[in-house]
Amino acid sequence: MARTDMDQTDLTRLSADQAARALAAGETSSVELTRALLDRIDAVDAEIHAFLHVDPEGALAAARASDERRAAGEATSYLAGVPIAVKDVFATIGQPTTCGSKILEGWMPPYDATAVAKLRAAGLPILGKTNMDEFAMGSSTEHSAYGPTRNPWDTTRVPGGSGGGSAAAVAAFEAPLALGTDTGGSIRQPGAVTGTVGVKPTYGGVSRYGLVAMASSLDQAGPVTRTVLDAALLHEVVAGHDPMDSTSIDAPVPAVVAAARRADVKGLKIGLVRELQGEGFQAGVLARFDEAVHLLADAGAEVVEISCPSFVHAIAAYYLVMPSEASSNLARFDAMRYGLRVAPEGVADPSAEQVMAASRDAGFGDEVKRRIILGTYALSSGYYDAYYGSAQKVRTLIARDFAAAFEQVDLLVSPTSPVTAWPLGDKLDDPMAMYLQDVATIPANLAGAPGLSLPVGLADEDGMPVGLQFLAPATADDRLYNAGAALERLLEEKWGAPLLAQAPTLEGGAR
Amino acid sequence: MSTETLVPFEEAITRYDPVMGLEIHIELNTATKMFCGCPTSFGAEPNTQVCPVCLALPGALPVVNAKAVESAIRMGLALNCQIAEHCRFARKNYFYPDMPKNFQTSQYDEPIAFDGYVDVEVADPDGSTETFRIEIERAHMEEDTGKATHVGGSTGRIHGADHSLVDYNRAGIPLIEIVTRTIEVPADKAPAVARAYVSHVRDLIGGLGVSDVRMDQGSLRADVNLSLKPKGSSTLGTRSETKNVNSFRSVERAVRYEISRHAGILDAGGTVVQETRHFQESDGTTLAGREKSDADDYRYFPEPDLAPVSPSREWVEELRGTLPEPPAQRRARLQAEWGFSDLDMRDTIGAGALDLVASTIAAGASPQAARKWWLGELARRANEQGIDLDALPIAPEQVAGIQSLIDAGRINDKLARQVFDGVLAGEGTPDEVVAARGLEVVSDDGALGEAVDRAIADDPDAAQKIRDGKHQAVGALIGSVMKQMRGQADAGRVRELILEKLS
Repeated sequence: MARTDMDQTDLTRLSADQAARALAAGETSSVELTRALLDRIDAVDAEIHAFLHVDPEGALAAARASDERRAAGEATSYLAGVPIAVKDVFATIGQPTTCGSKILEGWMPPYDATAVAKLRAAGLPILGKTNMDEFAMGSSTEHSAYGPTRNPWDTTRVPGGSGGGSAAAVAAFEAPLALGTDTGGSIRQPGAVTGTVGVKPTYGGVSRYGLVAMASSLDQAGPVTRTVLDAALLHEVVAGHDPMDSTSIDAPVPAVVAAARRADVKGLKIGLVRELQGEGFQAGVLARFDEAVHLLADAGAEVVEISCPSFVHAIAAYYLVMPSEASSNLARFDAMRYGLRVAPEGVADPSAEQVMAASRDAGFGDEVKRRIILGTYALSSGYYDAYYGSAQKVRTLIARDFAAAFEQVDLLVSPTSPVTAWPLGDKLDDPMAMYLQDVATIPANLAGAPGLSLPVGLADEDGMPVGLQFLAPATADDRLYNAGAALERLLEEKWGAPLLAQAPTLEGGAR
Repeated sequence: MSTETLVPFEEAITRYDPVMGLEIHIELNTATKMFCGCPTSFGAEPNTQVCPVCLALPGALPVVNAKAVESAIRMGLALNCQIAEHCRFARKNYFYPDMPKNFQTSQYDEPIAFDGYVDVEVADPDGSTETFRIEIERAHMEEDTGKATHVGGSTGRIHGADHSLVDYNRAGIPLIEIVTRTIEVPADKAPAVARAYVSHVRDLIGGLGVSDVRMDQGSLRADVNLSLKPKGSSTLGTRSETKNVNSFRSVERAVRYEISRHAGILDAGGTVVQETRHFQESDGTTLAGREKSDADDYRYFPEPDLAPVSPSREWVEELRGTLPEPPAQRRARLQAEWGFSDLDMRDTIGAGALDLVASTIAAGASPQAARKWWLGELARRANEQGIDLDALPIAPEQVAGIQSLIDAGRINDKLARQVFDGVLAGEGTPDEVVAARGLEVVSDDGALGEAVDRAIADDPDAAQKIRDGKHQAVGALIGSVMKQMRGQADAGRVRELILEKLS
């Protein structure tokens, strides 16, 4: 057993990179680190509700195994022994996978998602499964069938969504790392509103095998962390070609860790997307964003304004493509082979179809039903061309906007979310208002481009975190990490500490 | 039983012309499924050849089986189709318990093969043949569904069943669907043309080695779409789609029946319902199944989980080089090699026996012997059972084996029929049947000698004629010996013994 140089609070506050170095130096053990995080979950998660399932036994067993390998002098991965939380949308052997839905309550997958298998192979103990909007449909995690997650900065506010559980777990120091998914902003927007870092890699960068699909052509798994370097370290673990996913990229993973360590924007051309600022964006968000852009310019980046005219149609196109694919992807939840099965009321001898209908009615929440109905309608014969077909054309136009922009600049930049975290319940009855939260994040999903969000300060009007996103051309994920790490360093020099140092400590309710 | 009012076929075709469309589903014999690595072998314990992908567990994703694409391309080339430079899979969305994803991954507006044709021959009663060109609209790749068994109830169908069992072993087995353009041929020829087309496609695909093409096992399934239009009219009628057509003979019968049925409805001023019908092997009728309508909406859209398939032209040409010789050319070559007359050849093809005869010859039998057994003894038995020749439980190698026993003098033609009985009854190989049933001819001189002596004693007149040099009288004595030996005597040796004794 390694000598303990730090108390438990210190251990939970380590970044993944710091933890990896402490493990390598023998200053702590994975078991100690894992115990500290499990204790932290015990202490704060009743209030935050970041986790749907915690797996102390599994996590400690993996931690022990990692410690033993290290003690035996076996080769270990850089992040071996550093615990992680996994969004409940990934199939995990030994832990339930519900996707935040009643229809999958208690389902135990017989297989691991490829990304999860990579985490295990790299020796990262999996602490548990994090909360999410049902089937990743939402921007606040309020659509979880198991109750909302609360924002660690202010527990009366939402943590964003759909990956609010992952972002809150990382922001509340319940885990240094989390694995999320981003279909329209579900990694980046929660990152922005919880003061954490979130990356949506290039589409196809991380295998989708075992990631329960919402919209196949948009879904992408990626890191949720407190620092840009940590995101890069996790990115390297989970990325890479997977023969089980036909849409995964068969090419070497970009050198993201090296890029994060480089952290130099001198000479970079950065484009400010004209369509992603101004109207609809909160004043405090724009103020922090502008300051961050000035920091980049001061550090030697050339900042120019760029127009991406088709971006204004992104939400409309997204809300046709996403529900269409989701309506088909979610058809498999039919009570025949797994998941919830409900007998229809008042039917003596129900048919399979009646059982399917009753089970889907009982098992899916309103937002899921809304999107299934939207998608079914959009794909219907006679409407296909007008809806799904037109939306696909808009995708092409958005991809062209990106291509044209990246002929002029190396990176694009915008606020990640137009607003800061809002009070729980505020937008729950207004789906349209909820959908508009993804205005800045959706274009990257539609074009398959990578994006990174990092915290750039607190909004004056509510003291809540503000996020900035970088966007890069497909397969140039390394550019995000280089610029992100550079901006992170500039901001921390200015603040004198990471932004999360200002967050409430939660334990005992003290701020 | 059907309660339809039928118009006899011969009468129906005086007033109506049929318009047909045939859809053939072919199960490929790839080692693994269309989108996962599960084995495809037939007859395994239910739900033992399944994985997260073909069970559609949450999160599982499909990967295209490259071998299935290769088979599809070769099939397309054999059907004289164009091969797409770029094609996509599409999702066909509908809910059904035997379909794990509740959508079938298929192809829609971009099939792998399109615009082909085959020329099929139909024999006329006068002995001449007529060739019809059947145009192929498309051949596309898709996956099979699971298989539902409805337990309880009388029909074996879902209505009235107590419960249903689903076996997902078949779910995801690669299928190729071949769709014809509308077929309009002289009404009296329609049933035979439909049969000839299915038989032709069977031979063609069988020759590629990409499928077992067994109608009785479901690896080749034909659906018959048919509508009638009044003679001289160009307005198409409403069509029915007949499934469960499990033999060539049934294809012909289904077309005849549907023509009679449609004519009955139309004559009575009724309207044909657009529906799926199930062919009944027992009485040759069709029964109504699921009602179809143009309102059926499968909400097709491109499959986002799969990359498009873009076969390079080099690959396509390489595959073209692997095609066996075209059937017409092969038939001409075989006819010459075998020394068959035109009539022999036509009968062989018409009986669906070409490949069986070829395999029997390849296993060592003479062409005449192979033809004799398949078109005689075995065709009679298949007819009695109402099944196709290749559904008989006997292999060409076994037929050749029986012939070689005859050639070796161990059995004769009459005993051979009993050997066929035994092999068809599953009693083993021809040798095993001969041994078990004690069918071998006796050529042992001791036993034969006694029988010959008795025959001579029983028929002194005949014996005297032979002694006088009238050898044609030998036949009577041989017959007598055969009778004593219950047919199991070596006739040649018997003749020699008689002549020895009476010279």
